[in-house]
Amino acid sequence: MTLTEKVIDIIVEQLEVTREECVPEAAFIDDLGADSLDLVELIMEMEENFGIQIADDELEKIRTIQDVIDFLSSKGVT
Amino acid sequence: MKRRVVVTGMGAVTPLGNSVRDTWEGICAGRSGVGDITKFDTTGFDTKIAAELKNFDPLSFVNKKELRRYDDFIIYSLASADMAIADSSLRIAGDWADRAGVIIGSAIGGLATIENQKEILMRAGPGRVSPFTIPAALANLSAGHVSIRFGAKGPINCTVTACASGTNAIGDAMRIIAQGYADIMIAGGVDAAITPLSVACFNAMRALSVRNSEPQRASRPFDRDRDGFVMGEGCGLVVLEELSFARARGARIYAEVSGYGMTSDAFHMAAPPPGHEGAARCMQAALGDAGMAPGDIDYINAHGTSTPLNDQYEIEAIRTVFGESAKNLAISSTKSMTGHLLGGAGGVEAILTVKALEEGILPPTVNLDNSDVGSDLDLVPHRARPQGIGAALSNTFGFGGVNAVLVFRKYGE
Repeated sequence: MTLTEKVIDIIVEQLEVTREECVPEAAFIDDLGADSLDLVELIMEMEENFGIQIADDELEKIRTIQDVIDFLSSKGVT
Repeated sequence: MKRRVVVTGMGAVTPLGNSVRDTWEGICAGRSGVGDITKFDTTGFDTKIAAELKNFDPLSFVNKKELRRYDDFIIYSLASADMAIADSSLRIAGDWADRAGVIIGSAIGGLATIENQKEILMRAGPGRVSPFTIPAALANLSAGHVSIRFGAKGPINCTVTACASGTNAIGDAMRIIAQGYADIMIAGGVDAAITPLSVACFNAMRALSVRNSEPQRASRPFDRDRDGFVMGEGCGLVVLEELSFARARGARIYAEVSGYGMTSDAFHMAAPPPGHEGAARCMQAALGDAGMAPGDIDYINAHGTSTPLNDQYEIEAIRTVFGESAKNLAISSTKSMTGHLLGGAGGVEAILTVKALEEGILPPTVNLDNSDVGSDLDLVPHRARPQGIGAALSNTFGFGGVNAVLVFRKYGE
């Protein structure tokens, strides 16, 4: 499974959205109906799944699905 | 001139059924909602029995995302509110949304959430607790989520008075309408507190029955062999409306909430005083508020928890208020069947009292093999009884010496 697929699996499960809605440019808050608490929990799930830590100032830069994938890749996650 | 307040809708999820209809059917059949605790492993616990909901499908009322984020007490409230609003055929519309409010009482709110997250905190550290913990735990979030779902922008509150929470919610909501601050209130009580910590702590107080070998005979209010209450869970909500508002829209009116009493024992943190004088004053206050006399009351839905002291002293208080005419009353405790829903008790028992008025059927006190509160009283033993009644009291008393009583009257005119 690719990193993108793993990330989308988590997003679909956490946010109750469809895979079709999970295009790379989809913004969590504007497009996927997440609120700020949803986003925090989503990131915690990512941390748990990929064994990394995301600092709050790094979290501020994450707005879209692609942002998450880029961030995880930059931390060496595959 | 005080505005009159009536009940136009009811919704409930209880250990007897996941609707008012199923619950009432269980009450009329004298069924028990008590069984072995299934929510957690009771190895090492003194009490292994409780009255849990059965076959409750939360996904009928919330989606999967909400299911993960809402404590059960919130989900039970949303389910009951859905059913109560549907029952009332009411739609809370834009221009008078601020005339509709919500008060849902809960003794302890999201206790299971707190216990679970504490475990995560200890096991995995502060960075791993859920961001949804606080909104899932705070007791007023049941009223919060109900107001969000129905767009009710009027007065909102959560009455936290232990086992009287549900009654205080309905009484306060009635006063809010009577005094003109709202025209509609969704009101009642809920609790989902059958958790390891809760059972262990009530056991530490010796408050719970330990009749584990006979769960359905454990809740036995007024009976000589009672040994403590059986914990239950669930929610009961009513839709209250100002009378002329209800009549103008052709609402079906179940009954009138005609009086409300609130008093304090100022005695002990958990036990009532002998004779339970605070409860007697409370029943008198409720009757006074209704402009009624003791002789006007036909039925009392008692607090009747199946604890040694409450049941004895409650009957003494009833005798104080009603004197000789106590013999003309029917008194029963539906906790003999539902168990004690804590904050949910006042909400569910208000509904059962209204149903008794509506259908002319008195709920029984089951398991009453040997009453020890006096053989001269009609405690409706064992079986429900068809009997038309015109007015009734619903009593609830909570830790901290809180007493709350509602008067319900048949609406006939």
